[in-house]
Amino acid sequence: MTIASKRRSLSLRIAIYIFAAIWLLVAAFPFVWTLWGSFKVELDFFSVANWTNALSGERTIAEYGQPFTDAGYEGAWIKEEFWRNVINTFIVCFFVVCTSLTIGTLGGYALSRSGYRYTLILLIAALIFRAMPPITLVSGYMLPFFEWNVWGILPTTIIVLVAINQPFTLWMLHSFFQNIPKELDESAKVDGCSQFKAFRLVIIPVMWPGVITTGLFSFLLAYNDFAITSMLLSEDNRTMVPQIAAFLGTTYTEGNVMFAVAAVVSAAAPLFILVMFFQRQIVSGLTAGAVKG
Amino acid sequence: MKHSTFIWFFSPTALAMLLFIAFPIVSVLVQSVHAPHKAVLVEVETCTPLVGCTIETSIDQEATRAIREEKPIGRFIGLEIFSDRGHLAISEVSKIWSISENFNEFFTKLGNLPFYRAMAFTLTFTFIVTPLVVIVGFLIALNVNALHDRIKGVVVFFSLLPFVITPLIGALVLFWMIDSRGILGSAIQWIFADPNLSLKASTGLMWISLIVYGVWHAAPFAFVIFYAGLQTLPADQLEAAQIDGATRAQQVRYVVLPHLMPLVSFVALIQLMDNFRVFEPIVGFNASAHAQSLSWFIFNDLGGETRQLSSASATSVLTIIGVTILLLPVLRRTWRDFMEKAK
Repeated sequence: MTIASKRRSLSLRIAIYIFAAIWLLVAAFPFVWTLWGSFKVELDFFSVANWTNALSGERTIAEYGQPFTDAGYEGAWIKEEFWRNVINTFIVCFFVVCTSLTIGTLGGYALSRSGYRYTLILLIAALIFRAMPPITLVSGYMLPFFEWNVWGILPTTIIVLVAINQPFTLWMLHSFFQNIPKELDESAKVDGCSQFKAFRLVIIPVMWPGVITTGLFSFLLAYNDFAITSMLLSEDNRTMVPQIAAFLGTTYTEGNVMFAVAAVVSAAAPLFILVMFFQRQIVSGLTAGAVKG
Repeated sequence: MKHSTFIWFFSPTALAMLLFIAFPIVSVLVQSVHAPHKAVLVEVETCTPLVGCTIETSIDQEATRAIREEKPIGRFIGLEIFSDRGHLAISEVSKIWSISENFNEFFTKLGNLPFYRAMAFTLTFTFIVTPLVVIVGFLIALNVNALHDRIKGVVVFFSLLPFVITPLIGALVLFWMIDSRGILGSAIQWIFADPNLSLKASTGLMWISLIVYGVWHAAPFAFVIFYAGLQTLPADQLEAAQIDGATRAQQVRYVVLPHLMPLVSFVALIQLMDNFRVFEPIVGFNASAHAQSLSWFIFNDLGGETRQLSSASATSVLTIIGVTILLLPVLRRTWRDFMEKAK
């Protein structure tokens, strides 16, 4: 590529940078704008009179005496007790990631080390399960969960999310374990280790990069889920995303849409931090699946 | 690995998938052919002198509760729900077919039936967003690959944001901007010089907004995959093409594209699966008046005061059938590839 880049004409180089700038704007501007707007009052963020009000904060100044206000955050976090939903989300994510990695690692390892035909059948079944829209399964959960009286609580949702997570986790860890040479654990077995001991002593120490990458995606799935959490959690146990959806139902009528804006910014912030720290792992995780496929 | 060891390692995950994916599918199938019990009615004859006797029917609450508790799944009704107006609407469709004079009329009338309207949107969304995502992702990948190394990292960081963001949140963020009082909404009004223009008011514009959201959300995914593929581009092939005098466009057409082809089919597969379940943007854009998808139907049936399990189950079964049809070619290929490797 070095030769090519030397030959690039000036006009082409300018075109490349313009295109990149446009893409950056498209990708990032909505977030910057919403972050900025979340510190305004509704009449500035949704400005009928003049869109520059959102920049200058004319109405916000009129109401609070300064161009920025944390009224939206105060409303969402204190008045509407959004912090409860934040705690619920982190409980759900923590347990989903831990459980799903534990059982997924064992399963993915077994799939990668067994040469029988049923591994393929299992992997294809997992692929089909991955393709099922989770919401199609929800109507299957409702009746049994009501009957057993487990609807609406966090543990049920955690288990369901773990199960829905499994197909993806299995595919990812399967392809990851295949890149760890079989000779490693086989030599341990020759030395007299059982399969499980070989896994514990030889594989576990070297598997962390793949497990962390898979864990990131499990986290994203649990964090971003709307279909399952909105259907399976009662009002008191809601996580952030269904709570934001619930805000929309109530805030549009009450005129407190800024609560929802503040809640959206609050819920998006952890994801930004995640990408900031784990950009490399996310990229490698996305591509790991592709190279196999 | 021995069979027994395999089972020990694999059973936890197998159990989870069996209990919470496979069984629910069966349960959905069963529920889709059952309906809630009808209320038990009792007829009471009351006779008053001079007026005569009247027969009143009333609901026997106790008996109704008893039968509902005894058999919560409801009564078996066969494929009735599938053929009702809210789903396949078989009698309506055949009626439309017989009175329509041409295909155009037929499809217009078909579009008035809720299931077919949702199907039309789901398929349009899937088959417009998927290719667009591939194309846009490819262009961004080519572009970023040509940037200076120092700013690549920053660009990748910002590119990932629309993809990792919660779909509902991403949809809301865009929706607030295209609101007629939002910044993009005002900009569009200004461009078209129409102060009453609102994306929310027209079905066509709403569909376009949803598609724009779909591309915005998924293009980074395609970009990352293609960008990684570009890093493994064989330099000697490209050099050979350059020596042969290939123009830049020809290099992309004959060297880069064939190299990325397997990745294109991977991205297309994932996108087909994900776009077919389009759901969150419809909630986020508050677009259900203009665009419904199959997933949204299920959500709508299950939510609210009356949980219409049977109707939701029937739509779920139809969705699962749809996904399977979409996936069949891929499954066949995976199977064949594996068999060839096994030989």
